[in-house]
Amino acid sequence: MLSPQSRPGDPQITPELVSEHGLSPSEYQKIREILTREPSFTELGVFSAMWSEHCGYKNSKRMLKLLPTKAPWVIQGPGENAGVIDIGDDLALVFKIESHNHPSAVEPYQGAATGVGGILRDIFTMGARPIAILDSLRFGDLNSGRVRFLFSGVVQGVGDYGNCVGIPNIGGEVFFDKGYEDNPIVNAMCLGLMKRDSLIKGEAEGVGNLLVAVGTATGRDGIHGATFASEELSEDSQSSRPQVQVGDPFTEKLLLEASLELIHSGYITGIQDMGAAGITSSAAEMGGRSGNGVEINIDLVPVREPNMTPYEILLSESQERMLVVVKTGHLKKIQDILTKWELKADEIGCVTDDGLFRVTEGSRTVAAIPCLALTEGCPTYEREGKESSEIKNLRSKDLSHLKTRSSGYEEIFLDLLGSGNICSKRWLYQQYDTTVRTNTVIPPGADAGVIRLRENNKAIAATTDCNGRYVYLNPRMGTKAAVAEAARNLVSVGALPMAVTNNLNFGNPLKPEIYYQFREAVLGMSEACKLFETPVTGGNVSFYNETSGTPIYPTPVIGMVGIIDDTKYLTRPFFQESGDVILLLGNNTDELGGSEYIYVSEGLVAGEPPAVDLLAERQLQHSVLSMINQELLQSAHDLSEGGLACALAESALGNKTDPFGVDIILQDRLEPIPLFFGEAQGRILVSCAKNSSNQVLQTAKDHGVPCRLIGEVVPASNGFRIAGRTGNMELDIETMSNRFFNAIPTLMDKRKES
Amino acid sequence: MKVAIITFPGSNCDYDLYKCVQLVGGDPEFRWHRDSSLGKVDAVMLPGGFSYGDYLRAGAIATMSPIMEAVKEFAGHGGPVLGICNGFQMLCEANLLPGALLRNNSLLFCSKEVALSVENNSTIFTELYKPERKLRMPIAHAEGNYYANEETLAQLEEEGRVMFRYIDPQGKSTDGSNPNGSANNIAGIINTRGNVMGMMPHPERAVENILGSVDGLDLFKSLLNHISASKKV
Repeated sequence: MLSPQSRPGDPQITPELVSEHGLSPSEYQKIREILTREPSFTELGVFSAMWSEHCGYKNSKRMLKLLPTKAPWVIQGPGENAGVIDIGDDLALVFKIESHNHPSAVEPYQGAATGVGGILRDIFTMGARPIAILDSLRFGDLNSGRVRFLFSGVVQGVGDYGNCVGIPNIGGEVFFDKGYEDNPIVNAMCLGLMKRDSLIKGEAEGVGNLLVAVGTATGRDGIHGATFASEELSEDSQSSRPQVQVGDPFTEKLLLEASLELIHSGYITGIQDMGAAGITSSAAEMGGRSGNGVEINIDLVPVREPNMTPYEILLSESQERMLVVVKTGHLKKIQDILTKWELKADEIGCVTDDGLFRVTEGSRTVAAIPCLALTEGCPTYEREGKESSEIKNLRSKDLSHLKTRSSGYEEIFLDLLGSGNICSKRWLYQQYDTTVRTNTVIPPGADAGVIRLRENNKAIAATTDCNGRYVYLNPRMGTKAAVAEAARNLVSVGALPMAVTNNLNFGNPLKPEIYYQFREAVLGMSEACKLFETPVTGGNVSFYNETSGTPIYPTPVIGMVGIIDDTKYLTRPFFQESGDVILLLGNNTDELGGSEYIYVSEGLVAGEPPAVDLLAERQLQHSVLSMINQELLQSAHDLSEGGLACALAESALGNKTDPFGVDIILQDRLEPIPLFFGEAQGRILVSCAKNSSNQVLQTAKDHGVPCRLIGEVVPASNGFRIAGRTGNMELDIETMSNRFFNAIPTLMDKRKES
Repeated sequence: MKVAIITFPGSNCDYDLYKCVQLVGGDPEFRWHRDSSLGKVDAVMLPGGFSYGDYLRAGAIATMSPIMEAVKEFAGHGGPVLGICNGFQMLCEANLLPGALLRNNSLLFCSKEVALSVENNSTIFTELYKPERKLRMPIAHAEGNYYANEETLAQLEEEGRVMFRYIDPQGKSTDGSNPNGSANNIAGIINTRGNVMGMMPHPERAVENILGSVDGLDLFKSLLNHISASKKV
């Protein structure tokens, strides 16, 4: 192997320098063994980025192998830019979720914007046109000025980027809890659509083919972003601001159109986003996947600033750049396409046959590393896992005294309706273009977002879900609950759940109590995804979500996609007509652990989170889909935070303009508190015309799902009434509506104070 | 009806307009902003989006595109020109319509369904709307706050050139129903000659029941009728 020469000005490699690069002494030793020599400074930087958690998944890879990834409809599972499933009629759906937590904690607007930019590129580099965005967000308490700053910055960043590129936002979720105070979670999911045969992969095929850099020139922004994302946040993180990239959605839109044109031209064999670890990861991964090598002439890479070193150029994370492999002799043709879109394309190297990631500067070689050593060769670890005794104690806390309350149900109900986790999220999604592309048939605000397909009158539904409190209290059960809720959300709009992309947001995996959460979460996800036949086609792991040693709640976000066979089956969560009857599928229980009720009323995150019976969930999914396919239902809505009372309120309040009231009688032998606000799993609320109720009951019975009539939809002027055996609630719709719709706007108007 | 839809770098509603023109039976064709000629067409539409990223000012750089000379010439000969959202911003920047679109008074991007009154139904774009008809269609913009000086506003009102106004569910144009701070709740205007119209709401997103509203259909049908009728003459 040709040894690289050292460059004048390169620092001496010392144990301190190795450690600053996030590499352990044993990892450094492994590098020396691979190279059979000392690495150059440039090579050290390359290894540091490629073997970071962000690129190399070193602490997660072994566990992730336990997830189900195959099904007859899966075209592309984990390992590519995005997952792909077959949706019939020669069409394929491409989708993936990705995090941008660390950048967003430091610079919320750009952090979130570039998160959206990155996930869009992952989709269109597969050959698909992006058709929808979802965002899954977590913040601290909105009463804090800093949290409001992060929240409004992130929402504007997500919005501005997607709006400008012209991709509708169709949903997602936002959750507020002190557990995310300094370390917000910003996960963005994107869906794309393509003809099956347009699929292109990130592979460097064909020795002698050209490596071409497309898009913006390389600058000094984001150097070592991948390594930054693989550390905990601290007081010093504010000084990491230069590691946060700046997005340009306009260039992204041009790149999108140009990339799709390039892919359809047939002049290229591979394309990949220069995302985390920039040119290095895109070139090494494309080389690694094809089994070939890549050679980059650093002098040919277009740069924005003078005197950039190979180290800086290789590790820059300047946004809106792609690496394209062009068939020999076709450079001019692809340059013509790019010129039309006012983009540049520069040849920077070629595909070689020696399996090396080789970088030259003039006549000097500055790096020569086997591609596979950088990708597959990244060391992986299984860490020690041990449950935190503190959390164990919280979980076993006795909550029985919280179940009884003799009166004042209305007051606590209104507090719940106004809580950030239950209230309307219109303030957010009004900042997102939800209707561009004229295919959005269920916009944000429902159980799942839905995009119709003009091609075949089918529709695609998507949702993101995770209650981090449940996962914190019981990682395995909480993660099963996240998968189950995602599936309930999809069936509620009429979609058959098909596949999952996951975003595993955790603290520092080197801590046994964090690794325990991670392992348990993956095991729970694996079990649920297997049973629901929703394989995991990829996703993202974000570790080190800690600030000054305090980790976030473990938050394995589930992004799930499903198919609706015909748009006539679209079902919405809102009541449609007075006189319709309301039925509840599933059982009420007296569980209160991890509920929004005990958080809002007692400020507590404690208790055993609600138990998930996966088989019962599956029966429930099938029964609701059967009801929808028989066209029996007027509405369907999943029960989640805030329980039955809040789900009834959401269905009744609708879009604010045409609310209804309800008249409900509950015969359960339960205390009013768990009955109204408990978060028992496996429940869906449906409404139907009176004369369909027998068929609904029969369908539930056929599937072995408990189902009963609990009341009626009434005009809004009749109010909202729930009668239990030992407690009642009666409220007027306007009071409820004000609390539900004004909660976030009221808090955000406080912006200027504190 | 042959319609030229101009695609600028950053346009993102061009395809939606294309589908919509097809739906009403028109014959849409894309034109690239670098083209210098429109070819033989019956109408021109400037789509929504973020031409040139809306850098500098929304719509400002687009007016420097070669195709805009041809659009101005087409409008000068009385050809129908419709600008939606970013297209409206371009028409103002190109001085084909008076006034300007400022940042929304909330300072936030605003995407929602609005209610509109039809203020003038005797134009080529609105003749199929009954005068009392209330429309529902989406808006999605950050810079839709219509501004013009007092004199221009008075002239627009006097000459019946305000085409649409934001209204509340009762049909009144109130502050509460004004989503962006536009003067006189103005959502769309037309030029003196009656052939160039700009509007912030998206009629092309309200053309199918499954999208939640079909209130935009009659706008495109009005134009189609007008063009077919003028061809027969």
